[in-house]
Amino acid sequence: MLLVLEQGLNGLQYGVMLFLMAAGLTLVFGIMNLVNLAHGSLYMVGAYLATAFARWTGSFVLGALLALPATLLVGVVVEVIALRTLYERDHLDQVLATFGLILFFNELVAIVWGRAAIYTSLPPSLSGSFVLLPGLRYPTYRALVILVGVAAAVFLYVLVTSTRLGMLIRAGASNRTMVAALGVNIRRLYTLVFGLGAALAGLAGLMAGPIYAVQPGMGEQILIQVFVVIIIGGIGSIRGAVAGAMVVGMVDTLGRAFLRPTLSTIVSPAAADKAGPALASMLIYLMMAAVLFFRPQGLFPTRGR
Amino acid sequence: MAISRRAIVLAAGAVLLALVPPVAGLLNQPFYVDLFRRMMIFAIAALSLDLILGYGGMVSFGHAAYLGIGAYAVGIFAFYGVDNGFLQWSVAIAASAAAALVIGVISIRTSGVYFIMITLAFTQMLYYLGISLETYGGDNGMPLKTRSQFAGLVDLRNPSAFYYVVLALLLLFLLLGRRLVDARFGMVIRSARSNEPRARAIGFAPFRYKLAAFVLAGGACGLAGALLANQTEYLTPDFMHWTRSGEIMFMVILGGMRTLFGPVLGAVVLLGLEDVLSALTEHWQIILGPFLVVVVLFAKRGLFGLVSRDG
Repeated sequence: MLLVLEQGLNGLQYGVMLFLMAAGLTLVFGIMNLVNLAHGSLYMVGAYLATAFARWTGSFVLGALLALPATLLVGVVVEVIALRTLYERDHLDQVLATFGLILFFNELVAIVWGRAAIYTSLPPSLSGSFVLLPGLRYPTYRALVILVGVAAAVFLYVLVTSTRLGMLIRAGASNRTMVAALGVNIRRLYTLVFGLGAALAGLAGLMAGPIYAVQPGMGEQILIQVFVVIIIGGIGSIRGAVAGAMVVGMVDTLGRAFLRPTLSTIVSPAAADKAGPALASMLIYLMMAAVLFFRPQGLFPTRGR
Repeated sequence: MAISRRAIVLAAGAVLLALVPPVAGLLNQPFYVDLFRRMMIFAIAALSLDLILGYGGMVSFGHAAYLGIGAYAVGIFAFYGVDNGFLQWSVAIAASAAAALVIGVISIRTSGVYFIMITLAFTQMLYYLGISLETYGGDNGMPLKTRSQFAGLVDLRNPSAFYYVVLALLLLFLLLGRRLVDARFGMVIRSARSNEPRARAIGFAPFRYKLAAFVLAGGACGLAGALLANQTEYLTPDFMHWTRSGEIMFMVILGGMRTLFGPVLGAVVLLGLEDVLSALTEHWQIILGPFLVVVVLFAKRGLFGLVSRDG
């Protein structure tokens, strides 16, 4: 039972990171109508910058604090140079151009930091574990990731629902032309939203550093799962992103932890050893197929799209 | 006039490709037979994608899945000592078409960006499935013991013979593809691309036509996968990697969408470019990436659009 709880927390932690990625992607799609495959690259850039800054300053926290605005800056530069011209293009052009950006970023990172995975070391205060319940110790860092992620989600919620910028974002999502006609500088709004998405991806990336390997191509591994999140939740909907991220995070983590032991009680252990990992890695995609079959527009479809 | 121009380009291309093995033999550069065979195999894959992407308007980001299924069909038969090519290749086509049917039924119900993400996600699922097949090498893949055997009819171990088999198949697919898109079937999927409600209003059921096109393209790409397994004599889950889907898609755009011949040109140019660049620097993708962006932004009609303006 405690094991289930622990894995459930891991699922929550993974779900939180998926949400940070999905929120940026879904905002950018909802407002600029842009399919940005390079969103995963910003995650990777965040992770690398945090690692580099942490080595340079000798402090993990300082590294993370520097990496966040740096990733935002990278995002804004990418938007101004390459993506701005893509908003009016069709999805095919957007997919291909951002695919080109992925190749560029992965190779750039490989040139600067090499192809081998690099690891971040955590400060002692974060690398231990603490007693969550009697008999259950949980890693401090993973708990911190959950807290930061939830805080970011709350910040995003407040930003979108009760600030002027959030009002413009919502207005932009429902009718771009009208917002521009009312005198809002829509290009600046786009750049801002893109920067916000980049910062969220960077935040997910820099937090991922100490848990997963930091290597070229790390962004795409999570990106495709983020797509599954968005498909399940419904494109353009923050609420959908929350629900989708939690479902995918939980199903993926619990599936990897418990599918094989569960299977071995039904079929022979040898067969379970073979089928378990295969099925676990396919689980979220099968779930996506099932959701689509019954609700082609996702769980929380946005209206008019 | 315009049609004859296209026919000239086509015939010239076929003659040039047919001349590759003797010329490479004269220059004593057998490597080029290998390279051009690889280009033509990817040309078949790109051609099949053009049917659904260009004519059908279905932006599938998962075409590499069928490449992988076709390759694994050959590889798994060979693993158990069955090297009859007729059997291997038919199963490669049938299995890919079946996978396309399942993926198509679910994904064609959606459209736009959903369709892109779903096809990508399904391909990633198959990629992970490939990785978890420990019996067949897991993520390292496995060597193909023998190339497909055709009861003494042709010997694929002979590089030139294999080359001409691929060339013949490519020409066959070009011809069939042309017939298909000009036929009533092709007209229906093209009408569904430009205006689906209108296509429905005049009494067609676009879903079935689009699904049929999706399955045909999957089967054709499965054959390309079977050829690719014979070409590399090694198969890995990387055949299904999502970057491979992106590459095939780029071949279509680079050569010129909705032309059938364009994707062939795109495959030749892209793989040629990769060959040249990777000889120059290990980090050739840093050049290829921005090149891709530039092509998408400024040369949307593709290379074939420059050669023949009747698209």
